Amino acid sequence: MSRTRTLRVDRIACTGQGLCAELLPELIDLDEWGYPVLKDTTVPDRLRAHARRAVAACPVLALHTDDDRT
Amino acid sequence: MNSSAAARFTPHRLSPGPGGPAAARLLAGWYATGRPAGLTDHLRRYGPPPTGDRGSLPLVDAVAAAGLTGRGGAGFPTARKLGAVAARRGRCTVVVNAMESEPPSRKDQFLIAVAPHLVLDGAVLAATAVGADTVHVCLPRDRAAQYRRLSAAVEERRRCRPDPVRLRLHALPHTYVSSEATSLVRWLDGGPARPRGGPPRAHERGVGRRPTLVHNAETLAHLALIARYGPAWFRQAGTPDEPGTLLVTVSGAVRAPAVLEVALGTPLATVLDQAGGATQPLRAVLLGGFAGTWLPARHLRTPLTRHDLAPLGAAPGAGVLVAVSEALCGLTETARILAYLAAHSARQCGPCRLGLPAVAEDFTALATGRADAALLSRLRRRAGLLPDRGACRHPDGAARLAASALQAFADDVDHHLAHGPCPAARQPPQLPVPPATAPETWR
Ligand code: SF4
Ligand code: SF4
Repeated sequence: MSRTRTLRVDRIACTGQGLCAELLPELIDLDEWGYPVLKDTTVPDRLRAHARRAVAACPVLALHTDDDRT
Repeated sequence: MNSSAAARFTPHRLSPGPGGPAAARLLAGWYATGRPAGLTDHLRRYGPPPTGDRGSLPLVDAVAAAGLTGRGGAGFPTARKLGAVAARRGRCTVVVNAMESEPPSRKDQFLIAVAPHLVLDGAVLAATAVGADTVHVCLPRDRAAQYRRLSAAVEERRRCRPDPVRLRLHALPHTYVSSEATSLVRWLDGGPARPRGGPPRAHERGVGRRPTLVHNAETLAHLALIARYGPAWFRQAGTPDEPGTLLVTVSGAVRAPAVLEVALGTPLATVLDQAGGATQPLRAVLLGGFAGTWLPARHLRTPLTRHDLAPLGAAPGAGVLVAVSEALCGLTETARILAYLAAHSARQCGPCRLGLPAVAEDFTALATGRADAALLSRLRRRAGLLPDRGACRHPDGAARLAASALQAFADDVDHHLAHGPCPAARQPPQLPVPPATAPETWR
């Protein structure tokens, strides 16, 4: 059993401006209005710490990582 | 499928009425009598719903064996939803979604008008199967006559054949996204009829924090018949992978616009023929709804199934089929629909609140011949960024429509970019599209 983490944005809570994209540019782009575009929802192992930091930095707690047991 | 188990069901005793299309099941009574079925008519035609203690298959298994899928648009397997709610601990709740948000759709309205007890039977059977004590029926507030008639039907049941669960009717604001399952849950809990997003999903935590089963009205009517006649009967219509019938609202350039019941797998052209045939040479059909797909007329031989339509990027959706003639500017019509969809965003999610109006404006610029050199690539990029970026599927639907229009009306796109609007763009629009104004209320 391996565990993968997936990124998820609570679209209602998210206010844009994209702090998350600054901290996790490998996985997150911004659209022309500053709202996140997830390039990939699967968090590779090497980016775990970055993802955790981005989740913690979101001022409105809109960014989440979910545990998918596969 | 276990056929011996299925055979324990009451054999098929539904016969389509004289003159009615052979496929009719939900509408059989209507075709036979030409009038809405009261409780007496209903019981005479279909008999009482099985009570579950006659040694028949459990309902969830029967529905699974029948292969019924949701008829509200998403096409999700009905039995899986039933099973998911039944598996949760504690009391659950059933919600009948009769909000019919697609402006060209009339099928739920028609079904509830002519066969209200079939829908209510299905809701009560589903509630009993998952252990719910309450059924909430959600109707659009602007259909007051429908509300009154359904209230009378509920009252009639209370008097003559009391149901084991409580039936409650509600009139909700009729907006494009108020039909979303989580919008209904929020409204029933006293909030605005706006999508909530998730997780948790409604089946995990819905109305009053209870596990909640939300089904489209037509889906429940099919379920009421499967409970009576069994999965083998249900599978006599449709294709092996997509069995049964579905209600289709056919409108536009046809002689006899109507709500029809057709077997899945019926070619689109045959459905149009059943609506009296085209009044003029057709250019395309809008399939599924405003959140659907434009299909050029050369694809009209395609059978109406998810499987056959998928390679064309289309799906039966909410059973909407709008035929449009050759004298139509596909871009102008699409721009009008997109403007309506943009106005009906619940304005909760940035990508939907900002992206939809931007895509609609780009489309209008294209339709009216105001396109700059960068327009087409900008439009494609913006539409490409809509899917999967809202709390609900509203932006996905708008993106699908926009992309399909650019493909189906590629000639128009070239013409508009090179020479400005085509002559058809100056004609009055063909499609009835509600005004592109924001909903007055969400409560
Ligand atoms: S940091 Fe949070 S609020 Fe800001 S864009 Fe990212 S998810 Fe949205
Ligand atoms: S995607 Fe649009 S319609 Fe859906 S919840 Fe978000 S803002 Fe509302």
